[in-house]
Amino acid sequence: MIKATINKVEIEVPEGTTILDAARKANFAIPTLCRHPDLTPGGSCGVCVVEVEGFPALRRACMTQLEKGWVVSTNTARVRNARREIVDLILSDHDADCLTCIKNGRCELQDVARVVGIKDVTNQGKNHKKAIDRSRVALVRDPNKCILCGRCITVCSDIQTVNALTLDGRGFDTSVSTVLNQGMGNSACVNCGQCTVFCPVGALYENSQTDEVWKALNDPDKHVVVQEAPAIRAQLGEEFGMEPGTIVSGKLHAALRRMRFDAVFDTNFTADLTIIEEGTEVVDAIKTGRSLPIITSCSPGWIKFMETFYPHLRGHISTAKSPQQMFGVLAKTYYPEVKGIPAEKIVSVSVMPCTAKKFEAQRPEMWSSGFQDVDYVLTTRELARMMREAGLDLKDMPDEPADDPLGEYTGAATIFGATGGVMEAALRSAYFLVTGRELENVNILPVRGMTGVKEAEVPVDGLTLKVAVAHGLGNARKLLDKISSQLAETGKSEYHFVEIMACPGGCVGGGGQPWGSTMAQRARRGEALYEEDASLPKRRSHENASVAVLYEKFLKTPNSEKAHHLLHTHYNARSKVDGKVVKED
Amino acid sequence: MNIARSHVLISIDAGTIMAGARGVQAELVEEIKKKGLSGEVAVLETGNLGVTGMGVVLVVYPEGFYYGNVTKEDIPEFVEEQLLKGRLVKRLLLTQAPKRFIIRREKMGLTKEQPRIVLKNCGFINPESIEEYIAAGGYEAASKALTAMTPEEVIGEVKRSALAGRGGAAFPTAAKWEFARKAPGEEKFIICNADEGEPGTFKDRLILEGDPHKLLEGMLIAGYAVGASKGFIYIRGEYALSIERTEKAIADARSYGLLGNTIFDKPFGFDIEVMKGAGAYVCGEETALIESLEGHRGHPRNKPPYPVVSGLWGKPTVVNNVETLANIAEIVRNGANWFKQYGTPKCAGTKVYTILGHVATPGLIETEMGTTLRDIIYDYGGGIGDGKQFKGALVGGAAGAFLGPDMLDVQMDFVNLKEYAAALGSGAILVMNQDTSMVDMLKSVLHFFKHESCGHCAPCRLGTARLVEIVDRIADSEAKADDVDRLLAIASVMKDTSFCPLGQSLYLPVSSCLKYFREEIAGS
Amino acid sequence: MSDQHTCACADAQEEELYPKLSEIVEGNRGKPENLIMVLHKAQNLFGYLPKKVQQIVAEGLGLSLSQVYGVVTFYSFFSTSPKGRNTIKVCLGTACYVRGGQQALGKVENELGIKVGGTTEDRRYSVDVVRCIGACGLAPAMLVNDDVYGRVKTTKVMEILDRYE
Repeated sequence: MIKATINKVEIEVPEGTTILDAARKANFAIPTLCRHPDLTPGGSCGVCVVEVEGFPALRRACMTQLEKGWVVSTNTARVRNARREIVDLILSDHDADCLTCIKNGRCELQDVARVVGIKDVTNQGKNHKKAIDRSRVALVRDPNKCILCGRCITVCSDIQTVNALTLDGRGFDTSVSTVLNQGMGNSACVNCGQCTVFCPVGALYENSQTDEVWKALNDPDKHVVVQEAPAIRAQLGEEFGMEPGTIVSGKLHAALRRMRFDAVFDTNFTADLTIIEEGTEVVDAIKTGRSLPIITSCSPGWIKFMETFYPHLRGHISTAKSPQQMFGVLAKTYYPEVKGIPAEKIVSVSVMPCTAKKFEAQRPEMWSSGFQDVDYVLTTRELARMMREAGLDLKDMPDEPADDPLGEYTGAATIFGATGGVMEAALRSAYFLVTGRELENVNILPVRGMTGVKEAEVPVDGLTLKVAVAHGLGNARKLLDKISSQLAETGKSEYHFVEIMACPGGCVGGGGQPWGSTMAQRARRGEALYEEDASLPKRRSHENASVAVLYEKFLKTPNSEKAHHLLHTHYNARSKVDGKVVKED
Repeated sequence: MNIARSHVLISIDAGTIMAGARGVQAELVEEIKKKGLSGEVAVLETGNLGVTGMGVVLVVYPEGFYYGNVTKEDIPEFVEEQLLKGRLVKRLLLTQAPKRFIIRREKMGLTKEQPRIVLKNCGFINPESIEEYIAAGGYEAASKALTAMTPEEVIGEVKRSALAGRGGAAFPTAAKWEFARKAPGEEKFIICNADEGEPGTFKDRLILEGDPHKLLEGMLIAGYAVGASKGFIYIRGEYALSIERTEKAIADARSYGLLGNTIFDKPFGFDIEVMKGAGAYVCGEETALIESLEGHRGHPRNKPPYPVVSGLWGKPTVVNNVETLANIAEIVRNGANWFKQYGTPKCAGTKVYTILGHVATPGLIETEMGTTLRDIIYDYGGGIGDGKQFKGALVGGAAGAFLGPDMLDVQMDFVNLKEYAAALGSGAILVMNQDTSMVDMLKSVLHFFKHESCGHCAPCRLGTARLVEIVDRIADSEAKADDVDRLLAIASVMKDTSFCPLGQSLYLPVSSCLKYFREEIAGS
Repeated sequence: MSDQHTCACADAQEEELYPKLSEIVEGNRGKPENLIMVLHKAQNLFGYLPKKVQQIVAEGLGLSLSQVYGVVTFYSFFSTSPKGRNTIKVCLGTACYVRGGQQALGKVENELGIKVGGTTEDRRYSVDVVRCIGACGLAPAMLVNDDVYGRVKTTKVMEILDRYE
């Protein structure tokens, strides 16, 4: 512990504490802009400067560790003047058309400008006017809003190791860009959207489809069905002022009905279905001696990452489509058959925690129904905006169930939204598929939680299944490098089954989630999903009665020819340079 | 070596090569041969002769005549008149230049010879010959340090000499070495910062071109003292000849066993590599330089940790300026007491300056710490010239300070000019006469900063842009009422909040310019 | 000589350079710290750093293309567009600036119809500015390739440039 003084208040903090954290402890708020609690501080903005006696210049509170006996002032005239001048300078090259900005009211720059007391912008001068990058189907990048805090690049390169974004140029003409400014759609970008979650301003956001969905809802000729991903229920509440990790499944169904969706289903249904298909695939692979491990395929950011950086592992990826796409196919094949509605009248909308799902829905492989299986993908943020526009507050909604026949779900489906959840759900059913007996304790704790790479060994009769789970693509890279070298050296890997999610925390940390999600929030949301799981009567996917009916009436058996045709897919190799599909030799 | 009656020294450096020195040299050798003087007159290549901006420069010894702006066409006449007949070619004679060595001694009553520590060999030996360097006492100091002294004793000697870094911060060199020596870690590095980028500054270039072994010897001693086995010289990319000569010097030193796995039969190895910069002034900042050495964009790092603890690849690293390292061999060879007889009691040794602008004889000089600006301008620089008056001097390049007439008699050293220490370090003295527009000067300085800002931090990236816009308005007589105040306001916040010394240092030229010339700036 | 001919010629020559680039990259395989040195060599070879060259360098050194591109755009030595056969560099160091470097530059830009960093359509000239080259005594100074011209008057600019084909 060290003693120091902040604004005349004596404090004692552990060695290594930054001035920022020490001041917060002493109840002094220091404004920050480029700082994000989950990223290494870069110190680019300079807004958090404070005075430390004995130093000629001000020091950045976010990256300066407090030392014994220091006398720090966080609110002198010199400090306040400096902060105001810096924010003034930042605003002098910022497209401050706030009323039309997607971040209006949620913008960290707005907050800081208010806190430091900007009344008018003294510095006036040349503004950069650059074209908005709309080359990516999932994401939009508006360089005119960018304040060069560097968070997006840090998350893209350090956490996700995708390196799609880079700094371009130098000095006043520095910009966040892609190679030769050719756009994110012509880069290695995997659409994970983490950049949009970390961006403090309106420079990076999802390519919105709310207008298209409103139009469909307003069209009497269309039958609009909606699915919501498992993770949505753990954080949509945050958009309406509820605590992170409040489960809102029932309220969500009610709200969607009140937005005039014709049928309100649940992606959880196809999550259970995915487990049956994928679980069967894994069990078969072990029995038939197919090269292991089998790696999950639910996360479209991960899939594009794999196609780009690890195409040699394509044969290891489960061919099962993601729950979103399985749902999409069924909504335009099975559902019309059951309901007697022409498939061409169906408009299929999904609500996802994910920006990459927008890309996935538009992949050419995803037309198994004869139509584009999923028409529109909305992120959590877009749905919240639509609800506000429709005059709905989630808090006021009653709890309602989803519709049949694509609405029932088990606890195993709910935990898909958290890292390790797909693995846990799969193990619960795989045990049954192999042994014919139920796993007694369904809580497989070693695969839960925020550790980057998790491993577990699960005894299944004579066989010990070795599994691994990675979330966040940087963590995935570590695991995949290990697997790749094992395969290259011995032709075998120590793992049987591997789960990979593109986003840190899994889907609860997805790129379509509420702005500014921290790792702590992601962890809390994940826990909430496990709480819902524990509260449900059925916690194993193979217990889902509607899924059983689906097989009986429509698909026949897991991995049947029909199931393969509709519910399975294949993967490509992609160029690291522009992300485009590389033709096979 | 032949005993020649006459030596013609031809200065080969980047400036003179551009002016055609190679062609002149070839013509000279040819003409001497033609006139049958080959046995009597030797043509020697040297580095900079202390004169710049005078085209190709020749010096004829033993007479010590300086010739400037010599072209190929002049050579037949030069050889015929000067070498054959012993008559001066007056139209080519540099009447002012020789004074920089002669006058000073006369003025001092010949009691004390003007010291040349750093530039001792520049212009006197062939920089491409390790033999000549050794003949002039080179590598004696390294031998002494490695064979007769412990690393601690070497650091102790440098500490007693009170040598302070010549790059700008004036940090005690020995203290830096000691920190790095004591920092935990097996692998340590010595980096020589030769990314000289201040406009008007080229002292480091001329040291590299004129006496590269001096630097290598200094680095070798530093490596021994610190416990480093690897050194890097980060040379500004534009300095092609410096790079070429330094690389040759390294190769020669290796072949003489002065670099390599064992040196002087001691269990100590040291090697040096040259890294070519790629055009970024900010890389002169030590942490940005380290980033660049690691292959990244030259963005500065946060300090602490300081490089002496965690530098290149996170290892303890000493970053020293060329001029600092060029002092080391002489200090070790002659001892700290010898070194301290030069300069002022608080600031020992000499300082190398490039003196430019409105002076009669621009060039490179080395003078004791504490020499006044007046002596530098009027003795070494030959005065303002053209009968004009002194208006001011920009000392230290773009990041330097404007000094007005009241500063002419201040003794120039790091202690006296504490607030201008960085400026002094670069050693550029740009002299301005009465006709100079200070708005233009300030404009040039601010444009330079905007161009060189790395863009990492908001205060510098945006501050430099707005400052340029303001000074352009002033220059175009379109200034707003508060523009002059805004110059100072932005510069002062940049001083307080910029991430690295680049943005912080801009306050110095802006504030000093306004201190002396506010009326002129505001009135335009 | 038509434009097309120049370009085709240049492209054909470029193709022949790739084996040499591979050699350079091979010597630095898996050494990302040598990026700047490798880029220097690659630019010496090609005269500039097209995307394909950056790609090969990235692949060889074990970097992403965006990392290489970020470095290329930071340093003023590196160029992503081809340069002319003759490179004109006008010094805008303080001394040259004060003595009319800007005017000389303006004259060059006007006469050639290109801006700083640009190349004429016939690839005859490229224009750049340089920081102080230490020829302050000759201010304003201008470099054409390796030749230095001192005390450059605007009226003399074209006379100088005409000497370079």
